Amino acid sequence: MALLDRGARAIFLWEVVKGLGLTFSYMFKKRATINYPYEKGPLGPRFRGEHALRRYANGEERCIACKLCEAICPAQAITIEAEPREDGSRRTTRYDIDMTKCIYCGFCQEACPVDAIVEGPNFEFATETREELFYSKEKLLANGERWEYEISRNIAADAPYR
Amino acid sequence: MTDAFWNTLWTGYVFPGGLILVHILMLTVPLLIAVAYLTLMERKVLAAMSLRMGPNVVGPFGLLQPFADAAKLIFKETIIPSGANKFLFIMAPCITFILALIAWAVIPVAEGWVIANINVGVLYLFAISSLGVYGIIIAGWSSNSRYAFLGALRSSAQMVSYEVSMGFVIITVLLCVGSLNLSAIVQAQKTVWFALPLFPMFIVFFISALAETNRHPFDLPEAEAELVAGYQVEYSSMAFALFFLGEYANMILMSGMTTILFLGGWLPPLDIAPFNWIPGIVWFCLKIFVLLFVFIWVRATVPRYRYDQLMRLGWKVFLPFSLFWVVATAGVLVAFDLLPKGV
Repeated sequence: MALLDRGARAIFLWEVVKGLGLTFSYMFKKRATINYPYEKGPLGPRFRGEHALRRYANGEERCIACKLCEAICPAQAITIEAEPREDGSRRTTRYDIDMTKCIYCGFCQEACPVDAIVEGPNFEFATETREELFYSKEKLLANGERWEYEISRNIAADAPYR
Repeated sequence: MTDAFWNTLWTGYVFPGGLILVHILMLTVPLLIAVAYLTLMERKVLAAMSLRMGPNVVGPFGLLQPFADAAKLIFKETIIPSGANKFLFIMAPCITFILALIAWAVIPVAEGWVIANINVGVLYLFAISSLGVYGIIIAGWSSNSRYAFLGALRSSAQMVSYEVSMGFVIITVLLCVGSLNLSAIVQAQKTVWFALPLFPMFIVFFISALAETNRHPFDLPEAEAELVAGYQVEYSSMAFALFFLGEYANMILMSGMTTILFLGGWLPPLDIAPFNWIPGIVWFCLKIFVLLFVFIWVRATVPRYRYDQLMRLGWKVFLPFSLFWVVATAGVLVAFDLLPKGV
């Protein structure tokens, strides 16, 4: 009987027909993908995207040039030079991130004692030339200004879990 | 030169020649557009079946995507490998493409709408589709590359194997018709399409058509996972496009052949009022469309066969099965005195 059963299944291509039925039913299901450039998926508050240097509310740079981020960076993508400013506070004169080296591990923002360097929610910063990906201090500060709202909200959302 | 000479030249050669040229254009231009849109349809249907979007950026619903693809391929650089046999390397895609097109000469798309209504239409189609293997094997050999060569070897073995059972399937149809003329085959299906009485043969023919056109699940010659793209691996630009067009034109051709042999060509499903108002060409295109959808549907469903499974199916299942059906059909036709008469 089992042989007959198997034989009948084979000769009537039962498995193939069943498979065809399955794929056909999938044709009318809801799409699993989104229409990316026009629709975007949700991002968690811990998302590690493009870097930004933040400022305090009074406009003062947060970064105190402790170089912890430079030290911890596993890809050695960060280069910092620092000297005391005229008012005696210690600040960076140079803060470069080579985005082509960066592996987006997020160690820099973990290491930062003043929440100055953070990885924001932006991941769409592709460029046409390699040089544009060597971020300078000005670029990072500009990012900070541009994304401050999102970044501060993400930090606030993540704060209870730290 | 007399007037009579010019007259004969005009009525005997120039005018008929021009007429044939117009017919050819009327057939090939829609065919090539159909080929272009078949690629889009394939991508859309596959996308829908795997819950994706498919191309939707170029034009409304991605309708201009085929033209974007064509423009891209045309403007790419043609690269001829230094170890390749240049002449054959360029000839191969041309052969594939030309063979895919010239077979259409005998296909009746509607009653009397056929370029060459020859009495050996089936034989001609069969011959042309057998020649298709040359394009592939020449491509594989002239590329001077291992992947291409392996793909070509597989392809030739596969096409030859499946042609055998395909031949038997065609013979069963011919036994029921008594003619090799494609229009006569369609006319013989006035009462009932051959897909019903010869249903197993219809399935065998369709599966063999999948193998013949190197489509999934029999796409071993291309097998992107193991042979990267088989015989196409060294091709680029327009040469690649010709292979691509040839493959899809072959798909349409095979669907057309299945339609004529089993689904009653241009005939409506029932010869009653609402159906026979619709012109035959529409029915013909509709049937081809449905078959092409099944081609794509199968691609979305079935994984690729292993080489030995492919050969086993061809030689140890289809061949004896179709051979048996030839005998059975002939036996039934003789026993019940149903043989077609007076052809």
